[in-house]
Amino acid sequence: MAPRLKLFLPLILFAAMALFLFRGLSLDPQALPSALIDKPLPDFTLPVLGRESMLNREGLIGEVALLNVWATWCVSCRVEHPYLLQIAQGGVPIYGINYKDDDAAATRWLAELGDPYRANIIDREGTFGLDLGVYGAPETYLVDADGVVRYRHVGVVDERVWQTILQPLYQELMQRGSKG
Amino acid sequence: MIPEFGHFALIIGFCLAIVLMTVPAWGAWRRNTRAMSLAPGLAVGLLVFVAISFACLCAAFLQDDFSVKVVAANSNSLLPPIYKFSAVWGNHEGSLLLWALILSLWTAAVAVFSSQLPLLVLSRVLSVMGGIGVGFLSFLLLTSNPFARLLPGTPADGNDLNPLLQDPGLIIHPPLLYMGYVGFSVAFAFAIAALLGGRLDASWARWSRPWTNVAWAFLTLGIMLGSWWAYYELGWGGWWFWDPVENASFMPWLAGTALIHSLAATEKRGLFKSWTVLLAIFAFSLSLLGTFLVRSGVLTSVHAFATDPARGLFILVFLALVVGGSLTLYALRAPAVTSRVSFEWLSRESLILCNNVVFLVATLTVLFGTLFPLIVDALGAGKYSVGPPYFNAVFVPLMALLVPFMGVGPVSRWKKDSARRWQSELAIPAIVAVLCGFTLPLLNASYNLWVALAVTLSSWLVLGLCRDLWYRVKGASTLWRGLRRITPSYWGMFIAHLGFAACVTGVVATSQYNIEHDLKMSPGDTEVLAGYEFRFVELAPVRGPNFIADEARFEVRRNGRIVARLAPQKRRYTATGQVMTEAAIGAGLFRDLYVAMGEPIGQDGAWAMRLHYKPMVRWMWLGAILMAVGAFTTVLDKRYRRQRSTAAAGAANEALHGA
Repeated sequence: MAPRLKLFLPLILFAAMALFLFRGLSLDPQALPSALIDKPLPDFTLPVLGRESMLNREGLIGEVALLNVWATWCVSCRVEHPYLLQIAQGGVPIYGINYKDDDAAATRWLAELGDPYRANIIDREGTFGLDLGVYGAPETYLVDADGVVRYRHVGVVDERVWQTILQPLYQELMQRGSKG
Repeated sequence: MIPEFGHFALIIGFCLAIVLMTVPAWGAWRRNTRAMSLAPGLAVGLLVFVAISFACLCAAFLQDDFSVKVVAANSNSLLPPIYKFSAVWGNHEGSLLLWALILSLWTAAVAVFSSQLPLLVLSRVLSVMGGIGVGFLSFLLLTSNPFARLLPGTPADGNDLNPLLQDPGLIIHPPLLYMGYVGFSVAFAFAIAALLGGRLDASWARWSRPWTNVAWAFLTLGIMLGSWWAYYELGWGGWWFWDPVENASFMPWLAGTALIHSLAATEKRGLFKSWTVLLAIFAFSLSLLGTFLVRSGVLTSVHAFATDPARGLFILVFLALVVGGSLTLYALRAPAVTSRVSFEWLSRESLILCNNVVFLVATLTVLFGTLFPLIVDALGAGKYSVGPPYFNAVFVPLMALLVPFMGVGPVSRWKKDSARRWQSELAIPAIVAVLCGFTLPLLNASYNLWVALAVTLSSWLVLGLCRDLWYRVKGASTLWRGLRRITPSYWGMFIAHLGFAACVTGVVATSQYNIEHDLKMSPGDTEVLAGYEFRFVELAPVRGPNFIADEARFEVRRNGRIVARLAPQKRRYTATGQVMTEAAIGAGLFRDLYVAMGEPIGQDGAWAMRLHYKPMVRWMWLGAILMAVGAFTTVLDKRYRRQRSTAAAGAANEALHGA
């Protein structure tokens, strides 16, 4: 390469980067769609926290439910926990996926903070999380009565998220279920 | 009226910046002395009007003028005055005005302190800085006017400043950081001026060195404060998160570190000319890129400002103009032939090259990691996040690679050195360093190989420095005379390198020896952590100026003696209802004790508590302070002033001959 041409390299690299930055302006980094939206919940058979039993996909589906991925090492999970308790008190079934966690710590957590979950699936190795495409705890999935994933929320579920996104969807799915 | 004055002053500043960008540059092109000599006056005028504008915004905040939109959105009548003041830059518009103020401050400083510069160079430099000023002032005026009013519909009280930002550290963190960011614009302007003039000799390196060092020092302090703030304010004891915004400040620092070393080689030996120019462009471009990333919303981050695509587009176009323009100029004007100056493999030049390669690779790694989610997203390949594991995996080995060379650096000679000389100079430091590395970690309860490695490397660095200092001092009749003989430049390097060693030790020791307990505690409970007995004495309600809080009072004992009383708080800010964790820290040179409150559990006053034992965490920030002190010290060097007296003598000579 001619010496002069070599000096154009930084410019070319910068131009390429600027193109990506320009493209980035029209993208929303907060939106994290799941590959599983409108697809059936993947199959699993995993132990249940605090019980000597296993739970599988068939045992979980049947009604519209929330699937909440949590762990005791996750700071934000502690933040959303009180709110999950409220939602559960409102009669919404919530299943927990205790993600890459220590069983004893998780049991202690539930004893101390209260237990909003119907049941907690122990996903110690994170294999089910991998199938679900979990990005990090906390995450919450909305699954309909047929076991189809309808929505995925990344981050803390608080009053705003529940009232503006999850609750309307939940009610819509409930109504659809009762009609069909 | 005051906000309108501010707005008006900003418009005048903008006009002055346009004149500063164009007239002296035209003068430099046509060799018109009168047009060129306008530059310093214009630079000072720019500073005056931007400062008036900034003062007006401060006044609006301090007087609780909630008819001004940013005041209503970011302040509150109950906010303590000092935070009303810092709220000025706790928002997008105000921080951008601070950016512009600091830019005009640097521009005026160059105008005032560079009387020894040839007028031709000075006018080009100031023109370039004026051009950058035009960009930022038009950004302010067109997309982010800080003086926009809420009329009618003025709220009775403001929304309050984000509680996270209500903190002493955050009062000075942004100004320091911006001093650093914007300070690189000086090195950038000198580089562009040199390219425009077509003379890339040692003189431009000498002129821009002190400015670059000062900017780097400010940036170091700014980053340090940010890390310290995250440590005690975010409530989880972390001090570096590889967050995009942190990376945005870290990348210019890395590139700047390469730049200050490469400038040394260019000044002393006339080497790496094109390379140094490119680094100067690179460092400032990364500062601009950081601004873009923080304000455009292309990346998620904990401390991104309220974002707006229109603003993002504006900065992107500006970025394209500045960086694209300067890189085009570089491609056309930089000397394409390698310099005739040669050096051997074993020489200080090689070591500086090694430094440059490491820091450049580090910069690109961080840049790549930061932009990777965006690139993948733009290609439609999905959503990814790049976390600490990636950065640590690349960064730690790079730094470990750097330090062995750093130990040799000060001892080494320019041009040609010999392995045998290095051996005889450094054999003892090497042996002692290894001994230190293996014995010092024994002082801690548990032995750790990583810490041993870090201590070995930092002792090697420190001992190499001391060996060299001794070598320089020993010829003198007394020790004091020997020390007096050493130049501020050398002291600066010495202190900064010591700081780096302290930083390495602190980072490794605290990451390896950190102990963290999350547990439920009721008043009266005791928990033992690394020999420290944390007793939860009582829980008390506390009322602050604009918040109410639960305060947990702790006594920490070691061997029965109280070593610290800690009072972490859980605050609820009344204006916004936001809840904040205020950690309590018992600081010490060799260990920090850290308590943060989680959530209340049950009704009997029990809380989830987070207790940390963090050994040597202070070393990291002390190291950063030393680095900054070192960089400031170099500026005292006589050589930067001597040339002024010779220039003055030259001018006097000229005057004589003229008469």
